[in-house]
Amino acid sequence: MAKLDLNRRPMPKQDPKERIKNFNEVALGYTPELAIAEAKRCLECKRPLCVKGCPVEIDIPGFIKLVAAGRFLDAVRLIKKKNTLPAICGRVCPQEVQCEKTCILNKKGAPIAIGRLERFVADYEAEVGKVTIPKIEKKTGKKVAVVGSGPAGLTVASDLIQLGHDVTIFEALHKPGGVLVYGIPEFRLPKRIVDREVDYIKKLGVRVVLNFVVGMTMTVDEILKEYDAVFIGSGAGLPWFMSIPGETLNGVYSANEYLTRTNLMKAYLFPEYDTPIKIGRRVAVIGGGNVAMDAARTALRLGADEVIVIYRRSRAEMPARVEEVENAEEEGVKFQFLTNPVRYISDDHNQLVAVECLRMRLGEPDASGRRRPIPIEGSEFVIPIDVCVVAIGNSPNPLIPKTTPGLETGKWGNIIIDEATGKTKKERVWAGGDVVTGAATVILAMGAGRIAARSIDEFLRTGKW
Amino acid sequence: MYEILKSERLVPNIHLLKIESEFIPKKARPGQFVILQADERGERIPLTLADWDEEGITVIFLTIGTSTRKLAALKEGDSLYTLVGPLGRPTEISSHREVLGIGGCYGIGAIYPALKAFQEAGSSVRTIIEARSANLFYWTDRLSRVSGEILYVTRDGSKGFTGHIDQFLKDYLKENHPDLVYVVGCTFLLYLVAEATRPFGIKTIVSLNPIMIDGTGMCGVCRVIVGGKTKFACVDGPEFDGHEVDWNVLFARKHSYFDEELRSLSFFECERYG
Ligand SMILES: Cc1cc2nc3c(=O)[nH]c(=O)nc-3n(C[C@H](O)[C@H](O)[C@H](O)COP(=O)(O)OP(=O)(O)OC[C@H]3O[C@@H](n4cnc5c(N)ncnc54)[C@H](O)[C@@H]3O)c2cc1C
Ligand SMILES: Cc1cc2nc3c(=O)[nH]c(=O)nc-3n(C[C@H](O)[C@H](O)[C@H](O)COP(=O)(O)OP(=O)(O)OC[C@H]3O[C@@H](n4cnc5c(N)ncnc54)[C@H](O)[C@@H]3O)c2cc1C
Ligand code: SF4
Ligand code: SF4
Ligand code: FES
Repeated sequence: MAKLDLNRRPMPKQDPKERIKNFNEVALGYTPELAIAEAKRCLECKRPLCVKGCPVEIDIPGFIKLVAAGRFLDAVRLIKKKNTLPAICGRVCPQEVQCEKTCILNKKGAPIAIGRLERFVADYEAEVGKVTIPKIEKKTGKKVAVVGSGPAGLTVASDLIQLGHDVTIFEALHKPGGVLVYGIPEFRLPKRIVDREVDYIKKLGVRVVLNFVVGMTMTVDEILKEYDAVFIGSGAGLPWFMSIPGETLNGVYSANEYLTRTNLMKAYLFPEYDTPIKIGRRVAVIGGGNVAMDAARTALRLGADEVIVIYRRSRAEMPARVEEVENAEEEGVKFQFLTNPVRYISDDHNQLVAVECLRMRLGEPDASGRRRPIPIEGSEFVIPIDVCVVAIGNSPNPLIPKTTPGLETGKWGNIIIDEATGKTKKERVWAGGDVVTGAATVILAMGAGRIAARSIDEFLRTGKW
Repeated sequence: MYEILKSERLVPNIHLLKIESEFIPKKARPGQFVILQADERGERIPLTLADWDEEGITVIFLTIGTSTRKLAALKEGDSLYTLVGPLGRPTEISSHREVLGIGGCYGIGAIYPALKAFQEAGSSVRTIIEARSANLFYWTDRLSRVSGEILYVTRDGSKGFTGHIDQFLKDYLKENHPDLVYVVGCTFLLYLVAEATRPFGIKTIVSLNPIMIDGTGMCGVCRVIVGGKTKFACVDGPEFDGHEVDWNVLFARKHSYFDEELRSLSFFECERYG
């Protein structure tokens, strides 16, 4: 057997000094040579542990072997049997806690860069223009409505159209893609990639109706009169605030607002685009997840002099992806750990000028297994800032549950489903993705979509609920 | 889609658009609004539904900044980039002894659907409309169809009472006793009316107009303080009890982007007129 190659090939990136001046993608992707070299490291394990870490069970050794042989198009076709959005997952999946965590070579600290390879072949396919449209089964005459065009909705639509059902997606915003377009920034996931995937499912025959707020424009019950089944994939779009004094000051943003202005409305191109955003000189971001990292790095690119992430626990408990934290640090984002804001301070014009914080220490682990932060009395201190982005989490939007009798919701307004099928308590209605789990990941939302699609198909064929 | 069926300048600065819409007319209720975008680069802005029929919906707006000017420049046959709705909670309509409707600016038109519904529910309706000068009134024929009487308030005295609405209400409410006041218009008008009715303890519903983006509760930019609690105007409102609104916060938040709006407007005018 050949000697173990533990040299995980790095992916070229834009220089941090340059990239904070633009919104272009940071990670540039493998070249074919790098991809082949990385793929050759794979041991083609008989019982591949990596596959166990992938929520949609991609045939990882299978596709990597094809990459190693330079058969990139065959590789991407193999991936697409399980995952319709490889260019997206290859970029944003938290691989270090999924496929790359369980890869046998992780024991040696050099797991195969599965995500980078997945991304490479998907981009390659798009570049050479060889995207093939799979065969569509004979039309069944059944109609499915999908609410929301995030990863969950896109997966359901793509699976069901291929099985011969008619599918219509209803999306509240003027662009399809969910968090992929309004939340995750251009520099991490270029919007043309999302457009590409949406175009693809349109080519398969899915109808996409934008500017349609289910619950307002039409209720689920009204849709059920025209459609045989409804899938709700409306995400977790309701921003949380901390309920501390000063949250309505000018300059205090929810992460949703800050990122929507920038990504969906392109405020970074103001005034060519009409939507404005405050360019803070000193920006604080509250929170420690991916959303906080995205907001902090966005603030830098908009032109802030200094960006400080304020997080109530320590670095070890940060839920953000390690890679994104490293990117943020490289770019100059500063971190204030074990710190929690207690109130916002304004000038005479309701404009934010500072945030008062408390220092924290870590106590016993809480229900989430992370050590609970405890305020240190008398430790108040003030950080002068002019923009603050609150990125402490989201919960599902209550609009649909409120207007849909028969749906059952949990403590956080999340829709309750049967996990094996995605069925809600309401007949002919399925749900999946963030609206069920609360804010999670792209691949989990896709996985939920796949489960629901299978169950919807079964229902449409048998008529049995 | 979203074709402009009618584009009309009603009075200087106030414009009417009738826009084709398949779904909105079927669901629209008084007090609700839509969000629209003139073109792909445009801002998403909310406008109140002033009327609707099988063909489409009507909005009436004050042309102030870039977005409203872009909208006013659209001609019949052009199309909007985005039109979504109906959004917000409808006006709570029930039978009242006497409803006093008050409209100013775009509210002279946007007040119409609710007043019509109040009348149909069996309320007696009176309407006060307010403007700087008599030439800024419009839709008076429609309003007279849904109200027993229309009273006018102008700042320059060219029609009806001379002065501001609050000065008028101070005496009017001593002799008249509506059991509901319903106001649509610019924030300052809403505020003046709410303060004028407060001493008389008359329930006053105001249609708030903070900055919005999505209109579905996703971004939180529209948050207002009502009765000491934070509310999202797009889903919890836009109509609230005027005596409970924290006006200072609302005024300040509306001015968040004052500098940027000026920049946007001068950019727009440069591009358009060179
Ligand atoms: C800033 C940010 C960064 C993230 N980074 C990562 C990452 O790096 N990796 C990762 O795996 N995950 C990441 N996530 C999480 C991931 O994006 C979500 O878990 C995923 O998008 C959930 O998919 P979904 O389809 O359930 O919902 P969403 O993507 O939220 O899509 C829901 C869609 O439904 C629409 N909708 C809502 N209500 C209605 C209605 N009433 N009628 C019609 N349409 C409606 C919404 O407009 C939206 O388009 C991130 C999230 C955010 C916010
Ligand atoms: C629920 C609701 C209903 C409304 N109905 C009407 C109506 O029927 N007719 C009408 O003339 N106006 C209405 N408004 C106000 C209208 O949306 C603003 O006048 C419009 O957005 C101004 O855009 P602009 O670019 O022309 O002006 P700008 O130069 O951008 O701003 C002028 C003023 O408009 C406000 N504004 C700016 N951007 C927004 C935004 N995205 N959302 C809301 N307000 C903003 C600001 O407070 C600012 O003071 C309504 C507002 C709300 C929230
Ligand atoms: S979909 Fe995500 S978890 Fe699965 S192989 Fe690809 S990157 Fe890994
Ligand atoms: S576990 Fe790692 S080395 Fe083994 S097949 Fe999977 S990717 Fe290759
Ligand atoms: S406009 Fe975004 S939450 Fe109200």
